[in-house]
Amino acid sequence: MNDSLAHSILLVSLIKVLVLLFLVLTAVAYLVWFERKVAAHIQGRWGPYRVGPHGLLQPLADGAKFLLKEDTTPAGADRFLYFTAPVITLTLAISAIAMIPFGPASVRILGVATPLVIANINVGLLAIFAMTSIGVYGVALAGWSSNNKYSLLGGLRSSAQMISYELSLTLSVVGILLLAGTFNLSELILRQDGFTWGYLPKWNLLSPTFPQVLGLFCYFIAAIAETNRAPFDLAEAESEIVAGYHTEYSSFKFAMFFMGEYASMITVACLASILFLGGWLSPFPQTPGMDWTRYIPAAVFAASAVGLILDGLHHRSLARVVLPLLGLVLGALSFLCLQPAIIDYVQGPFWFLTKVLLVLFVYVWVRWTLPRFRYDQLMRFGWKFLFPVALLNVVVTSLAVVMRR
Amino acid sequence: MTAQLVIFLILAAIAVAGAVSVILQREPIHSAISLIAVMIALAGLFLLLESEFIAAVQIIVYAGAIMVLFVFVIMLLNAGAEERTNMSRMARYVGVPLAVFLLIELAYQVGAATSSMTAQPAADGATRGISMLLFQDFVFPFELTSILILIAILGALVLAQRSEGAPAQRAQQ
Repeated sequence: MNDSLAHSILLVSLIKVLVLLFLVLTAVAYLVWFERKVAAHIQGRWGPYRVGPHGLLQPLADGAKFLLKEDTTPAGADRFLYFTAPVITLTLAISAIAMIPFGPASVRILGVATPLVIANINVGLLAIFAMTSIGVYGVALAGWSSNNKYSLLGGLRSSAQMISYELSLTLSVVGILLLAGTFNLSELILRQDGFTWGYLPKWNLLSPTFPQVLGLFCYFIAAIAETNRAPFDLAEAESEIVAGYHTEYSSFKFAMFFMGEYASMITVACLASILFLGGWLSPFPQTPGMDWTRYIPAAVFAASAVGLILDGLHHRSLARVVLPLLGLVLGALSFLCLQPAIIDYVQGPFWFLTKVLLVLFVYVWVRWTLPRFRYDQLMRFGWKFLFPVALLNVVVTSLAVVMRR
Repeated sequence: MTAQLVIFLILAAIAVAGAVSVILQREPIHSAISLIAVMIALAGLFLLLESEFIAAVQIIVYAGAIMVLFVFVIMLLNAGAEERTNMSRMARYVGVPLAVFLLIELAYQVGAATSSMTAQPAADGATRGISMLLFQDFVFPFELTSILILIAILGALVLAQRSEGAPAQRAQQ
């Protein structure tokens, strides 16, 4: 490899990292907005509405508030760990996304063809699990270093919960590994290409060998527990232990925990769509008769553009300008998606993000529908129900794989 | 110096410093964290040898599962800072020289055994090679080890239950 090529590969990687970092942080901010909106509508409220049209600027206001609040450190806290804990949480949550492939097409940047993934490594799946498994230290150490009994209880609860549910999480994926025979995430997606009877996609969820319905079920539940979200948010159960492990945290350190939680939600949703829902594969077969499905991304953007412009007319003041402007941007995006040079590049990321958004919606939906578990229920459910079911899935899938051979 | 050597030296330094810090820290939880740093540095060393699978498993199993358990127990028992004692006479005059002797011996033996070796990356995906070894060539010892661990767990359970009231009482719960 000559020197200039090595340098441009480094530069391209750096550009990709920066772009993804920007996208992920924005996505995290608007995921909070999305969650608040969905929660509000589930409960028959409007949700954020004051800051910007439809509360769209709320994340910015929240961010400014986090930056400006006083940053306190409790007396008797272990200063080093108290500072490190939120950093661990956020860093690991964000870097796990580097392994996620967003599409099949390789893009040319600075004359170097590069795929839509930062780190396409052989053991991508294991690497993500490695990151989530260390992520628990952020919570545990925050609980320990705060010198507060409620924090300590939250940290304790979280570490016990993580140990219990990590088993089911890893086992639930073994079925897919048996079907595909690789740890590489891009290859895992490619193995799901094709259609049963011409129309049913061969995603692992609908795999003709053995559908991974149980796998997805276990994966999703265990993943909710791993990310400490309701109904498994016992580490921060506010009705029992104030705010759990982040009771003493304020200002931007708290924001780091907050962002870490949402970033790991995104990772989990991406992984769910890669492992079970075919990643960036289109749900429609690419036969000549189904050619029109290539225009779905453009159609979706155009429809939302029209919706935004019409909605803008109902508003007064600033929103009357901002919403139609946003609509115009979406319209331009829709026009871009129609260009023959771009249309093929759009398909993968579009379907991938659609699936991710779907999973995220279910994630939020679950949180605002189910009440919190009691701690003994949590442990019993994890060990006596989820773990055996995940094991059963492994046994049946391996039987099916052997029979098919 | 190649980039690989630089990375190796950094990781090795972290591993050794972490290991020393495990012993020197007075708070049990700081020792545990130093141990985690050692584990992660070791995973990095495995990555340098191009065995990604071992590196990932090293982090998942040691740093992610076993050490979480350590930290959990330390937090649960709320173990305070250790008290330093001056070394006993036995430790000072026999223990320290023996430890130094062992260190030199190990360094010499490892150096002698590996001086003619060169690191060879595992061909065609280390994952496949490892699973072939574990589940085909050495499947019997592998399963035997699993049963051994199972027996150890059961033994621990029996011991833990004996100290806490009569078995009949616990069965009702």
